[in-house]
Amino acid sequence: MTLSCGALQVLGHEHEHEHEYAMTEYEGAKARWCPGCGDHSVLTAVQKLLTAEQLIPEQTVFVSGIGCSSRFPHYLKTYGFHGIHGRALPVSTGIKLHRPELTVFTVMGDGDCTSIGAAHWIHALRYNLDLTVMMLDNGIYGLTKKQTSPTTPQGFATNTQPKGSFLPALNPIAVSLGVTNASFVAQTAEWAPAHLYATLRAAYRHKGLSFVRILQRCPVFTPGIFQAAVQDPARTVLLVHDDGVVVPELDRIYKTQLHHDPRDIDAARRHADNLEHVHLGVFFRDQSRPRYEELRAVTPKTTAERLQLLEEELGRYAV
Amino acid sequence: MTATSTPTLAPLPPRVTRLAEHTIEIVSDSGEGAQKCGQIFGAVSAKMGNGVWTVEIIPAEIQPPPRLPEGASGYRIRLGEERVTNWGDATNLIVAFNEQVLLARHRLGALAPDAVLLVEDKWATDEDADIVTAWTQAMAELSTRNYRIIPVPMEVQCLTIVDSPRKGKNMFALGVLAWIYDRDMERIKEQIAFAFRKKSEEVYLQCVELLLLGHAWAGEHLDFRIDVPPAAMTEELVVMNGNEALGLGAVASGMEMCAMYPITPATSVSHYLSEVFERFGGMVHQSEDEIAAVGVAIGASYAGKVALTVTSGPGLALKTEFLGLAIMTEIPLVVIDVQRGGPSTGLPTKVEQSDLLAALFASPGDAPHVVIAPATIEECFHVMITARRLAEAFRTVVMVLSDANLATGVTPFPRPKPEARWQAEPIDLAPVVEGQRPYGWDPDTGLSRRVIPGQPGGMHTVTGLSHDEGSKVAYSGGIHSRSSAMRSRKLAVLQSLLQPPPLYGDAEGDLLIVGWGSTKGAIEEAVDRARAEGLKVSSVHLRFLSPLEPGLKAIFARFTKVLAVEINYSDTVGDPYITEENRRRGQLAWVLRATTLVDVDSWTRVPGEPLRPGSIHEAIRERILVGGAA
Repeated sequence: MTLSCGALQVLGHEHEHEHEYAMTEYEGAKARWCPGCGDHSVLTAVQKLLTAEQLIPEQTVFVSGIGCSSRFPHYLKTYGFHGIHGRALPVSTGIKLHRPELTVFTVMGDGDCTSIGAAHWIHALRYNLDLTVMMLDNGIYGLTKKQTSPTTPQGFATNTQPKGSFLPALNPIAVSLGVTNASFVAQTAEWAPAHLYATLRAAYRHKGLSFVRILQRCPVFTPGIFQAAVQDPARTVLLVHDDGVVVPELDRIYKTQLHHDPRDIDAARRHADNLEHVHLGVFFRDQSRPRYEELRAVTPKTTAERLQLLEEELGRYAV
Repeated sequence: MTATSTPTLAPLPPRVTRLAEHTIEIVSDSGEGAQKCGQIFGAVSAKMGNGVWTVEIIPAEIQPPPRLPEGASGYRIRLGEERVTNWGDATNLIVAFNEQVLLARHRLGALAPDAVLLVEDKWATDEDADIVTAWTQAMAELSTRNYRIIPVPMEVQCLTIVDSPRKGKNMFALGVLAWIYDRDMERIKEQIAFAFRKKSEEVYLQCVELLLLGHAWAGEHLDFRIDVPPAAMTEELVVMNGNEALGLGAVASGMEMCAMYPITPATSVSHYLSEVFERFGGMVHQSEDEIAAVGVAIGASYAGKVALTVTSGPGLALKTEFLGLAIMTEIPLVVIDVQRGGPSTGLPTKVEQSDLLAALFASPGDAPHVVIAPATIEECFHVMITARRLAEAFRTVVMVLSDANLATGVTPFPRPKPEARWQAEPIDLAPVVEGQRPYGWDPDTGLSRRVIPGQPGGMHTVTGLSHDEGSKVAYSGGIHSRSSAMRSRKLAVLQSLLQPPPLYGDAEGDLLIVGWGSTKGAIEEAVDRARAEGLKVSSVHLRFLSPLEPGLKAIFARFTKVLAVEINYSDTVGDPYITEENRRRGQLAWVLRATTLVDVDSWTRVPGEPLRPGSIHEAIRERILVGGAA
């Protein structure tokens, strides 16, 4: 497996320690997701990524909301913030704004991101802070036992819509691509671990908010939603480009590969709207877009400097 | 004097009346600049050494049609020889740009029975017959009182300098007021320059020209002046409004992050911070909504220095889930709630103290946290330093309850002397010591030391789920009971560090008034008046609402009656269906009754304006002399 990203700026993470972290050093509590849950694949890919990039555990924060996938931080030995439903992005924003030197990953489910937290999703894409955002999309509320989510396929019966989901599923890629100042939008799938890993790595290396939708099956409630694509690789289109992800070892399985320049937003939107096939790869990437933490960078002041400034400020109001 | 009489030239020197205090208003249609005039007059008076308390008169709409009573926009300044602690009872002199806004103030009972009314007279001879009729009717209504009405040809005068009559009257009026109250003209010019610092030099020069015109007109046409002598200043003072004081206090506390979403009347705290915070190494982040604002503040606080979010009632409602998370995860946070009239959108620009119970309970589930209410504009500054330190030391949410009265009121107070210890310590990223746990609760106090990202060896996941000392998710009832106790214990520890509140007046008597927040000045002035009549009344003013200040039950026991006075709603016994049993009392009364088992009575009003000392005085007389309830 190779990662081809010639145009990517590789982040200058200087290793302050001689210590080389083994993958096991990133392992936290034992994962308690159901056997066969796609979350396990994502966790493995992330642990591989942490190891490959030798991220310093104490300088890495995983932020999540509520849902099955939001247990994610507990299963890593980094700093973690398991917050409230839908609000992982505001918390991530606060961390990154105040401590830009920390590496921040955000983990959300489909309900978390596209339903209760939809406002934050839109605005986080626009702020474009340097966050790696993973949306683990299994098209269902799993933790609360099978309620319809915005990405539940139309007609799929759930406990809240037993006659089948009424509306066409929300298209998170199309929505993300529609947001002004979005800088990285990609899609990958839990059943293609090499692609998942390569995509997460490209996302991590992108400077700016990288939004990755990870297609998953819930073994209990939505085991069949991607069955057609899983069983018939011909229904999957790989978007390949040197500035996106290229995973040569997948060539044997996925014959349909589309050379897609991630700078081409119009083509990206066409691919996003094409629901005939499952598209995996980087839809859009533009590292030149303004990043909020850079725009808002402030020069820290010492206590003595602040006291001096405070006297000046009080002087403005002096009688 | 009738409205149609023209002021005669004053050949004799004007009669100067020396007074200990005088209350002045200037009102106009929205957009005519009466507030600017009032702000400059108030600031200059404070700088001259007078006691000053100002209140904004705000219309409900952004741009109401002209000449509507409900569109009255303006400024009220209570001017005193000594320190002024509240807006007082009634206005003694008013300058109005039309008779309709004047009528509005009259109908609201804002004017003293013998008030002087200076009113633009162009409407008396307007081309529009309806306007002339309206003027005539208004004058008829106003003349039923003992007001002195003085027509002022504002527009005629201003048009000698400006093209548009809607611009410039405010500076002309400022000149008139400057003459009446003998204000220092050089200071006024300086203040004009400051107020219009974002405008061109040309604008400034025109303002000064209008100011001088008004001053000269008053000198030629008015036969009275008012002398409220300034006191000799014994200490350095600063003058600002409560929202600026909160913002400056946040800066002085060393906080570096304010995340907010616009909401009246809290937003001007962040306007102020947006102007200055970056120079101090801080930032204001305007979030996409109220929920995100508190989330960003919590994220920042989790990763470093205590952060701030600023809101008002409806915003507080939206933030509650996140507040529960901050309390559960023991992430320090300061939340300012500048209260307005509620519920729902309520009275966005008007004062109320209706968020007390919402603030105390803050979040579903048991969510113990600190609630403090500054009582003065000076305290708005200092409370922020206290709030930041308590949030840090107790690892909890500290809510600061201000209100619209403090927010926009302007008064001078002793210049704070900043100290290094007010400032937050730099973030300490030292490796965690052996055995330190994310929630290493001291078994007695519930206190523990925070571990923040970047500290080697401290990696853990904070969670809103019930958790143990190691931040491990724990569903066992035993751990939940224990962690609940630990979070609650911190409030008792804080209470043990507080002193009983000082009494205003004697330590025993017939009636004790209990207040909180912005009503302190009005309550104490009412107590002074009642005591001058020989009534045995005292007052006590609470700053800490959670935990409550200690010793209240013992203090209450020395008074025959205890009465909570607040700007929030309570039922009146005797109204249909309302009985002693079902009566809903004011919010502080609720809390005091529950915590002391004393039969605390409740006197509250929700008029959309600050309490008047005169009304509280009446209530005191009624409670002591008649003994009735509400």
